[in-house]
Amino acid sequence: MSGVRVLVGTRKGAFVLTADGARQDWDVSGPHFAGWEMYHLKGSPADPDRLYASQSSGWFGQLVQRSDDGGRTWEPVGNKFDYDGVPGTHQWYDGTPHPWEFARVWHLEPSLTDPDTVYAGVEDAALFRTTDGGQHWHELSGLRDHDTGPSWQPGAGGLCLHTIMLHPSDPERIFVAISAAGAFRSDDAGKTWLPINRGLQSEGIPDPDAEVGHCVHNLAMHPARPDVLFMQKHWDVMRSDDAGGVWREISGNLPTDFGFPIDVHAHEPDTIYVVPIKSDSEHFPLDGKLQVWRSRTGGDEWEALTNGLPQSNCYVNVLRDAMAVDSLDQCGVYFGTSGGQVYASTDSGDSWAPIVRDLPPVLSVEVQTLP
Amino acid sequence: MSSALIRVHLPTHLRALARVDGEVELDIDGEATTQAVLDALEDRFPQLRGTIRDQSTGKRRAFVRFFACEEDLSHQTPDTPLPTPVTEGSKSLLIGGAMAGG
Repeated sequence: MSGVRVLVGTRKGAFVLTADGARQDWDVSGPHFAGWEMYHLKGSPADPDRLYASQSSGWFGQLVQRSDDGGRTWEPVGNKFDYDGVPGTHQWYDGTPHPWEFARVWHLEPSLTDPDTVYAGVEDAALFRTTDGGQHWHELSGLRDHDTGPSWQPGAGGLCLHTIMLHPSDPERIFVAISAAGAFRSDDAGKTWLPINRGLQSEGIPDPDAEVGHCVHNLAMHPARPDVLFMQKHWDVMRSDDAGGVWREISGNLPTDFGFPIDVHAHEPDTIYVVPIKSDSEHFPLDGKLQVWRSRTGGDEWEALTNGLPQSNCYVNVLRDAMAVDSLDQCGVYFGTSGGQVYASTDSGDSWAPIVRDLPPVLSVEVQTLP
Repeated sequence: MSSALIRVHLPTHLRALARVDGEVELDIDGEATTQAVLDALEDRFPQLRGTIRDQSTGKRRAFVRFFACEEDLSHQTPDTPLPTPVTEGSKSLLIGGAMAGG
């Protein structure tokens, strides 16, 4: 019987949650790497037993862990992330030039076809790649070397490259998103990059429709329709039908269009999920009611999903990498909160139940659908 | 050439990473300095590279401290000889995380 494995990164360790296809009875393994910040864990689509994890701490820096047995055992791999050449500067919060400095790995995106190839999105924003299972990491410096690079400025969470999407059939095409520079696309496997921010409007920057400077929080794509991209921006939920050529707002009837994660149903390319958050200064749900909002029309028209979610006195947040979907026939949707809950829906979001309630604050949630 | 057996006390997280219990003993040929100890430590436990000092510059990570004989050695240059009680084995070199909340 098929099953799922949910990989949860938290502020104080990683957890692996497994269940069979019914997704009712869960085995909870962890904490792995107790006490460390686990920004992201993700499995290889080409080998589900191959997992990668970003492990970091303010004291002891960055490590990358690899598992070859589905998370039962782990081994540290390479953790040297040197920028290519002389790194130069980006803008600091006060507008002065600031040298690029590696802080941590926010996101690990394994290749769709090769378990040994993984992309890493890091702070200060840059894209690295390994082709030897994580032993060595090399920067794809064409991104940071883009003409606009010296003008990139950090968001409140740092200048982080937090989203990486690989085209399902064109290995040359990669999408990334950076807070607070925006979204970028490469059509030559990462050598050169194009800002894809036309149509975005951000009131928090001097030129609201600038080429770069937008605080993109997350991107999503359905593999069956890879030219259609969805974006949760700092404010605004956006859609592009031409691989980022131009964006239009699809916030529609959302009660607030601020949020962090956005995801797409595994079998319905027009069904998307967001978690509206009250504002950028109050990172919690409206009126203490935790709600996932779903659009079945590719945006504009949204419905609140509340069944099983707390509808009073709930003031948690859901971070950008903390939502994922499985690809079982009845699509499962998962998200983790800053309060340590991981919720699962086995019916595309119609109803929810917590898998675990009391983990450390959740930074990331990924799910693997197992044969 | 002189040699010394240096006892090193690692913080909990790095002991877990190195998969050791208790102190680590390192044979140091030549002058026993912080740098020589870290070189030997990272040779034996490659997984510790980058956790105590930067892999490229060799600079101590900001929130890591080196203590011995009730003295803070963190701000000495890495090639400063370690105190005699450490080189003679009666005291350990303590590597720790700085008090920084969390």
